[in-house]
Amino acid sequence: MSFIDLSKNEVQCKIVFYGPGRGGKTTNLLYLHQAMTDSVRGKMVTIDTKGDRTLFFDFLPLALGQIQGLSIKIQLYTVPGQVMYNATRKLVLKGVDGIVFVADSLKVQKEKNVESLENLRQNLAEDNVDINEIPLVLQYNKRDLGGSNIPILSVEEMQEDMNKELQVPWFSGSALKGDGVFETLRAISKVTVKYVSRKLLSR
Amino acid sequence: MDLVLSKESIDNIISALDEDVLRAGADCVLLVDRSGNLIVNRGDPANLDVVALAALSAANFGATAEIAKLIGEDDFALLFHKGKNENIHFTKVGKGFILITLFGKDVSLGLIRLNTARVTDTLIPILGGEL
Repeated sequence: MSFIDLSKNEVQCKIVFYGPGRGGKTTNLLYLHQAMTDSVRGKMVTIDTKGDRTLFFDFLPLALGQIQGLSIKIQLYTVPGQVMYNATRKLVLKGVDGIVFVADSLKVQKEKNVESLENLRQNLAEDNVDINEIPLVLQYNKRDLGGSNIPILSVEEMQEDMNKELQVPWFSGSALKGDGVFETLRAISKVTVKYVSRKLLSR
Repeated sequence: MDLVLSKESIDNIISALDEDVLRAGADCVLLVDRSGNLIVNRGDPANLDVVALAALSAANFGATAEIAKLIGEDDFALLFHKGKNENIHFTKVGKGFILITLFGKDVSLGLIRLNTARVTDTLIPILGGEL
């Protein structure tokens, strides 16, 4: 749920990074947090859990400047990717305005990507949100592994698996190195702000 | 569900929070929505990261609502965490909002409960009814 404060001329939107476990959602947020200046970013919150998996969520607030006199505040969240944490994913998805789906390029994760996208579709539908209408961007992460001896999926194959029907913007990325991370953020912020302001104007 | 609040509505929320909650001795009071957006914060939040507090409180409320369901309740209407010096009290406001009150050890919990219950009734119509 976006919130518009007309006394401060401020818009707040919620963007969630979704995707299979160990796909690089938290790494995306960590890279953004490291690469941004203090004037743009707030404090990153990671709920302390054992191991490197996200059990609840990570949270990073950003101030993205002004559009037509309205200051734009964006809150980035990640969800836990592992299948068994679906209740937590639903909680974090509550009131979402835009989604980045971080898909894993590893060949062994092919089915997990499709499963996770389907899970996103279902969770949104339970909240009466249509995956075809909400702002959504795909990021094919871990492209830097191309050329190594770890088998990865081709971009065409990933497009076929996940984006054939959705036809949403997509980016190749390496969250660890930062490739494609800002491009992904820029794209999702743009469509989300447009989506939220369109809803505002239609009121 | 999106929420747009005019300057007048925000001013009404601020005066209700100042009058009912801060005057009862609370150090700080925040109104947030259940997706984690901070709507208004009042009081003296020195060194307090209110944006993170809003996000974590919404998550906390969501998580305890799941606990409520496990024991056959829909939701818990209020939560209270006690610290050594500082306490935190969460009250549900309508279906979509949470009022977070921070107060010290010298302030009575009963007074905070009474006043937050009163301010909740004032806030619901401003926030658009039973959201």
